[in-house]
Amino acid sequence: MTDVESAVTERLPDGGSTARQIPRPASTSRRRRRWAPALVFLTPATVIYSVFMVYPLLDSLRRSFFDDNGNYARLDNYRTLFTNPAFSERFWDALGHNLQFFAFHMLLQNPIGLLLAVLLTVQGVRGLNIYRTMVFLPTTLSVVIVGFIWRLILSPIWGVTGTIGIDTPLLGESHTVLPTLSLISVWQWVGIPMIFFYAVLIAIPKDLIEASRVDGAGSWQAFRHITLPLLMPMLGIISILTYIGNFNAFDLIYAVKGIVAGPDFASDILGTFFYRVFFGASGTTGSPAMGATVASVMFLIILVGVLLYMFGWQRRITTYEL
Amino acid sequence: MGRRRIHWGRWGVHAALIFYTILALGPTLLIILNSLKSRRAIFDDAFSLPSAETFDLVGYETVLSTSSFDIYFRNSLIVTVVSVLLVVFLAAMAGFALVEYEFKGNTLLALYLAIGIMIPIRLGTVSILKLMVSLNLINTLWALILVYTAMGLPLGVFLMSQFMRQVPKELKSAARVDGANEYRVFRLALPLVRPGMAAVAVFTMLPVWNDLWFPLILAPSEGTKTVTLGASAFLGQFERNWNALLAALTLAMVPIILLYIVFSRQFLRGLTEGAVK
Amino acid sequence: MRQLIKWTVLVVAFSLIATACGDDDDGGATSTAPSTAPTTQAPEMEPEEVTITIESWRSDDQAIWDEQIIPAFEAENPHINVIFAPTTPLEYPAALRTRLEGGIAGDLIMCFPFDRSRELYEDGHLAPLNDLSGIDGFGLSAQAAWLSADGSTPYCVPVASIIQGFYYNVDAFNELGLSVPDTEGELFEVLQAILDDGTYTPIGIGLSEWEAEHILFQNIGANYWKGEEGRLALISGEDRVTDQEYVDAFATMARLGPYMHPGASGITYPDGKILFETGQAAIYPGGSWEISGFDDNADFEFSAFRTPSPDGADACYIVDHIDLAIGLNPASPNAEAARTFLSWVASPAFAAIYTGALSGFFSLQDTPIEYDHPVAQEFVSWRQDCESANRTGYEALDSGDPEFPIELREVSNAIILGNMTPEDGAQRLQDGLDSWYTPEG
Repeated sequence: MTDVESAVTERLPDGGSTARQIPRPASTSRRRRRWAPALVFLTPATVIYSVFMVYPLLDSLRRSFFDDNGNYARLDNYRTLFTNPAFSERFWDALGHNLQFFAFHMLLQNPIGLLLAVLLTVQGVRGLNIYRTMVFLPTTLSVVIVGFIWRLILSPIWGVTGTIGIDTPLLGESHTVLPTLSLISVWQWVGIPMIFFYAVLIAIPKDLIEASRVDGAGSWQAFRHITLPLLMPMLGIISILTYIGNFNAFDLIYAVKGIVAGPDFASDILGTFFYRVFFGASGTTGSPAMGATVASVMFLIILVGVLLYMFGWQRRITTYEL
Repeated sequence: MGRRRIHWGRWGVHAALIFYTILALGPTLLIILNSLKSRRAIFDDAFSLPSAETFDLVGYETVLSTSSFDIYFRNSLIVTVVSVLLVVFLAAMAGFALVEYEFKGNTLLALYLAIGIMIPIRLGTVSILKLMVSLNLINTLWALILVYTAMGLPLGVFLMSQFMRQVPKELKSAARVDGANEYRVFRLALPLVRPGMAAVAVFTMLPVWNDLWFPLILAPSEGTKTVTLGASAFLGQFERNWNALLAALTLAMVPIILLYIVFSRQFLRGLTEGAVK
Repeated sequence: MRQLIKWTVLVVAFSLIATACGDDDDGGATSTAPSTAPTTQAPEMEPEEVTITIESWRSDDQAIWDEQIIPAFEAENPHINVIFAPTTPLEYPAALRTRLEGGIAGDLIMCFPFDRSRELYEDGHLAPLNDLSGIDGFGLSAQAAWLSADGSTPYCVPVASIIQGFYYNVDAFNELGLSVPDTEGELFEVLQAILDDGTYTPIGIGLSEWEAEHILFQNIGANYWKGEEGRLALISGEDRVTDQEYVDAFATMARLGPYMHPGASGITYPDGKILFETGQAAIYPGGSWEISGFDDNADFEFSAFRTPSPDGADACYIVDHIDLAIGLNPASPNAEAARTFLSWVASPAFAAIYTGALSGFFSLQDTPIEYDHPVAQEFVSWRQDCESANRTGYEALDSGDPEFPIELREVSNAIILGNMTPEDGAQRLQDGLDSWYTPEG
């Protein structure tokens, strides 16, 4: 960064101050000229984003008020979703599973991520970069591959689980399937919170910690009073990302359990439910209108979470400038 | 006493990290090891290393003789690279403009562009499908590229405007005084936000490369399958043939693992830089 | 700086690849089919060459289509190239639908029986085939699964049916001195003997997917609800799932549970087959479509026995399910060539090649076919003594929510695992139907 800077300053010895001394007419003419570049710079991103993301999201919302033949149906789809047991039971089940899935990530993935990040920033230990690379590795693998790896490893016909003393078919029993899938997901994604916490930790100036040590604080106290408050904003960001990502979770369950997330829907989450409603499960066509309805409700649930985060957490947490 | 504690602490750190490394790598290694064994050996003892007796490449022979994995790989590469390039450059441009120019609705536009960070684009699938049908883009890689670009832009623009804010004002005004037009000023600023561009690239790359949903819905044809979708179909095809299955998994993983290990420093740096913005 | 160079090299290399390959990303399946390039083309061709593509879920059969069926057709029709382009069964319905609606589906479409295909026909995605030559070579029972609601218009050419029964390891049976069971009583004696001996798992099957429903419920049940009679009575509303025969069928299934692998709930469909073909399980309840797979993978002698009938039953019923057909995409630009292919599919020449190549798929044409494979002969021999029946629940009952076949599969798995009583399972199924289905008769 500095070499570019100095190169420019060399050419223009009086650098910044010149700008302020420019006479007004030139300045107004430049400002007018800047409309064109602003337009050029902003249009492509805004257009692609609006056409392929905002429009589809709004259109999905609109579709949820129409039936599959395009007739206006008021709130009928929503009524079906919440009163027809064929949909409502599956919906509440799936939502409950999503919350469990989320809880596993909050209680395991994020604390483990934090612990690993702390370990990776301990002073004076060699080879931490190698660990960092290795620990992050599962995160780079495709979810489908991860799903298959674990499906094979946990298969009752392969002796792996038997050797380590697990006799239950973990992916087959209704009380173990969701925790197992959650743990697989935690295994894969723990690298993300780890690297995020890591980013914050390496940015904390060493002298800040050392100063507290001089004041007589132990390492736990230093962590508790200096590091932790600095981590709080990141904890919020990671939580909200975990929450949103949880409603995106589809690939793993699809890869391991298929569309009918068995046994008896015990691993069904909103992502697989949405897919089944949209496309149908046994081969008959599903309903795009009902699919849009499910998506709209998911959107509302996410919105509630995001608002809670923005007003409940972000406002209370102090962000420190370092 | 103090020294001894640090000593123990160090070993503790190593022990904990080694334990987790084994946990992280073990399953993958187990798959790779067993892909080199005969079927009997796979089932007899999953944990044994392949020996002269049990070494068998039959799985690889099956897989390599039947797959069009090279095409899937090519498709994924095209989709990921084009989407990442588009996101990085369009986000850099937009981020630059949002920071650089004062105009009515600037903040509003920034907010509009950022709101997408919080909404999974999958919720718009029904309409994206209809849109792609009407644009005649179903089963083309463009359908995926456009969706992924739109998906990556919100975070991209947000991150890039954070990085653009750090470009020294003096530099830009100096260039303007020197007679540079806005596009030149932008090009001058680009090298200074390189860490930002790397961060955006990494953040865009992971979900795009790994996505199963949109390839499944928008481009499931044989000619446009991505590695992730291909792997799912391809693994399905060999489901009863564990040799082939393990070989297929290994073949699908190893290129990514190698690429990752070669570029891991840059990659993790990108993530780290992006995370603190 | 080094990092910058690395990144730049990476980006440049990638974009080079992108531009090099960017031109042909038009999604044509053409680029992926070098293996199907016909070697049989005559050099002195007059008509313009066309390529037609078949959509299918039978990805297992790729090699048979590429190596036997398509070359046979192309030898007779040198100007038509055929590409067999399957999608995996899990993805086929959604992917096919997307392609049809996007206007990019193949020329020919492999049809599931009953509602799934009728829905496509009614939405205009399958062309009527009244005037196709050869379509009259099928009996009504074979064509019934692919007829319009008023019974006047066929929209798929029937290809094959499959028969279900129980495979067994002949060597294991000999070793344990067991003989093939005829009745349910004998079946349970055989199972108990295998269990007591301890060398083999009596029944190798997975309970995490659809096998319990497809194979056990349908197979065992057909004897209870008297095949087609009961299937149609369920559609007309005369019978209900809570009737005694269904509860009894479920109860018999529940008795089978203890003879399965202890981890059955976590065993997938392919892993269930592995249990049998590696000699760990002595019996595999399955369909005739497994024959060629077991041929390739089992290194012992295997055969099949008919599903044992309940003790004291005077008639027997087998699942002889009409399983697949091929239809024409009305949007096909090569309709003429596609029709030529369909006529060929309706001819005895095709039936001979297809059923010869794919042991365990039985022709639906009126012209009788000789089957070579001894196990296929065993399966087809049951037709002489027993009545054929389609699987229940796939006509009319699967076009509402909750989808009956999906419920059936979850209930079947739960009953065998002992997580649900037969009565509760039957009640749940009937409640599901009552919530949306009103019988017409």
